[in-house]
Amino acid sequence: MSTHKVLIVEDSRATRELLAAALGELDGVEVHLAVSGFEALKVLPRHRFELIITDINMPDINGLELINFVKKNPHYKETPLFVVTTEGRPQDRDRGLQLGASEYVVKPFEPADICALVRRYLKLG
Amino acid sequence: MAPPRALDEFVTEANEILESLAKDLFVLDQERGREPDPERLNAIFRAAHSLKGLSAMFGVDRVSRLAHRAEDVLDALRLGRVPLDDRLVDTLIETLDMLQALLARVSQGTHAPDLEVGADHLQERLAQLARGQADAGVDLLDQVGIDPQMRSVFTEYEEHRLRENVKKGVGLWKVRAVYSLADFDQQLAALNARLKPLGEVVSTLPSSQPGDESSIAFDLVFGSSRARGEIEAVLDGATLSPLTSRPAPTEVTPRPGPALVFDSSSSNAPRPATKWDDVSGSGVALPEPTSASGLRLSPDTSLRSLTQTVRVDIGRLDALMNSIGELLLIRSNINRLAEAARQVGTGVALPKLWGQELQREARALERKLDELQKGVLDVRMVPLGQVFDKLTRLMRRLVRESGKDVDFEVSGGDVELDKLIVEELSDPLMHLLRNSLDHGIEPPEVRRLHHKPQRGKIRLKARQQGNQVLIEVGDDGGGMDETRIRQVAVQRGLATEEQTREMSRRDLLNLVFLPGFSTRADVSELSGRGVGLDVVKTNLARLSGLIDIDSRRGDGTTFTLTLPLTLAIIRALMVGVSGRTYAVPLSSVMEIVSIRHADLRTVERREVFEVRGQTLPFVRLARVFKLAEAQRERSFVVLIGLAQQRIGLAVDELLGQEDIVTKPLGGRLRAIPGVSGATELGDRRAVLVLDVGALMEELTRPAAAAG
Repeated sequence: MSTHKVLIVEDSRATRELLAAALGELDGVEVHLAVSGFEALKVLPRHRFELIITDINMPDINGLELINFVKKNPHYKETPLFVVTTEGRPQDRDRGLQLGASEYVVKPFEPADICALVRRYLKLG
Repeated sequence: MAPPRALDEFVTEANEILESLAKDLFVLDQERGREPDPERLNAIFRAAHSLKGLSAMFGVDRVSRLAHRAEDVLDALRLGRVPLDDRLVDTLIETLDMLQALLARVSQGTHAPDLEVGADHLQERLAQLARGQADAGVDLLDQVGIDPQMRSVFTEYEEHRLRENVKKGVGLWKVRAVYSLADFDQQLAALNARLKPLGEVVSTLPSSQPGDESSIAFDLVFGSSRARGEIEAVLDGATLSPLTSRPAPTEVTPRPGPALVFDSSSSNAPRPATKWDDVSGSGVALPEPTSASGLRLSPDTSLRSLTQTVRVDIGRLDALMNSIGELLLIRSNINRLAEAARQVGTGVALPKLWGQELQREARALERKLDELQKGVLDVRMVPLGQVFDKLTRLMRRLVRESGKDVDFEVSGGDVELDKLIVEELSDPLMHLLRNSLDHGIEPPEVRRLHHKPQRGKIRLKARQQGNQVLIEVGDDGGGMDETRIRQVAVQRGLATEEQTREMSRRDLLNLVFLPGFSTRADVSELSGRGVGLDVVKTNLARLSGLIDIDSRRGDGTTFTLTLPLTLAIIRALMVGVSGRTYAVPLSSVMEIVSIRHADLRTVERREVFEVRGQTLPFVRLARVFKLAEAQRERSFVVLIGLAQQRIGLAVDELLGQEDIVTKPLGGRLRAIPGVSGATELGDRRAVLVLDVGALMEELTRPAAAAG
């Protein structure tokens, strides 16, 4: 069976682990983690990701800058991308979607819900 | 609550966050009275923000709520909406203590009822502090002309920092550095360290280096009051260019005025093409006028009633009978007057009284005929409720079958419309409602991820506005995905990528009405839309109706249908072209403007003009009907709109409005394109009535371009 590589970009360790644990349960999904935007930039060329999930508020470059980078790069621009925003910040949501994010997810969320969404995007059974 | 092991991880990370928060707050406390370092404020904000998100993820509400309030205050503080004073610093320090106490309880696994009151009190104080005054007025960033492409990736905070730099009047620069993918982070850190003493790095934007996979470029937005040479001295290979197209305004208070946006990337780009060209360029023709049965969704869903009869309130018939009675009375009065005139004989002047009486009867006749006309129209009117009720029943069934949790709200069923229109409306409305249910309302897990109520909402609302009825079909679902629409439109050759980028949001949304904008399940599976919406559009156009979409990703979609009250007697705008008169149905007229021919431009061999930034086709009615054109400098342009299309019809004269009854043309005249019939005016002159829908289709077909 082919594996689907998913990249999670999130600077909070506990949230990252929570997401990784949840998505790791999905059959055929290989989870990669980046702790910052910079790390994501380094990891991107090494794998063929089928989905990227990124937080907005990060210390080095913000999530919007990462989305912009991904969507402008001919190698990655087709990769669907979820942006994780926080309650009460509609501007982040709108900008993320404008820049080409396919979905937005508002924190806090249930890991099971995001799994269902990922499953639909990756067309897993 | 999360499992114990995960909770341990939560406590560890939360403690780390609180430690860094404590460190920064300590410095803030020490530096009271001084201008705070924006980076430090942002770090404190980020800590509160992270703590809020983290504790919410792990279900530790008590901490999350307090952190949330602190975050609000800190957000207002870093965005310059509230001042940093002693009260605020003190409250923040107290909050930190409280958060530490709460966290200690969480790690012990005990509840903290004794802390509740104090935490509530703190929350209240923080909420008060956050209510500073909001920023108002004109955005300074619009005035200095930052590339909007660049602006779109800034967070609110970065925008604020940029604004602060503009206010200070410092120079804004773009520093471009290209580094190896292997060590760019160290290189960037070094560059940042060298730049820091000279000013503020507001944002760091990564961008790809075409043709070079091993390196990556960064654009740093840098605000500095130093001279260019001084900055360049520390760049070590990076390049410097000014970020703004205009100098910052000298006075700090911005002038109100239209925002000017400078976009260096598109200044040389071709003028935006009109939607028109997109349609014709694709070679897609609108479908043939559809027969009634062709519009159905499927045999079992058509709600059209099979009868041609109207059920009428007996009161309305009584009113009609009354009018007839009074008309008979007037008839006998006129007969009497005619008899009197006959008896007086020819060549003899009639008494003055006779003339006055005749005039009075004529006026009474006019009034009664008006009443009669209105009465007959009333009989044709049926409440929309007739079709709304059927739709409600069907929607209930569909909702049940879909397994989604949806409220269906209906209002305005008492609004009345011509029977003919009401009948034709059921299929398009059903189509739109189905669309909302199938594609608008998100699956339950997505609604939870978007923090929306589990139960979706679909609305069907009607109201009368003047001579028109507005019907709204709306949902609070996922909204249309503009990026996806853009992709599909380009894929199907309905527009070029360039064109979709130039389009306004509204024009982009309206692409879903084009035939050939698809529709297969794979497209619509993920927030897709547009299943057969072209059929809805055509259907409405035949009823002289308009359809508009308003949709916002995340907030839902609303379709608004605008319909005339009746089709039997319509109000028309009479226009004159090359000495002839034509009637234009007023329900299709959006507005009338006067255009100088010198302002016309030509796009792909069609004349176009601009109204409030929108480029529209300029169609000379004289040419459409092959009439001799008079030379003139200006024309009146009647903007007509049908469904989502708009064009401007150039005419010579405007002759006013009239109520007209359209009569079909017979025989050889029947096939004249662009004419729906003829009408007789008060002076017994027959004029042609324009068929706006057919005219627009005719003119949008590619073949028409050459003509």
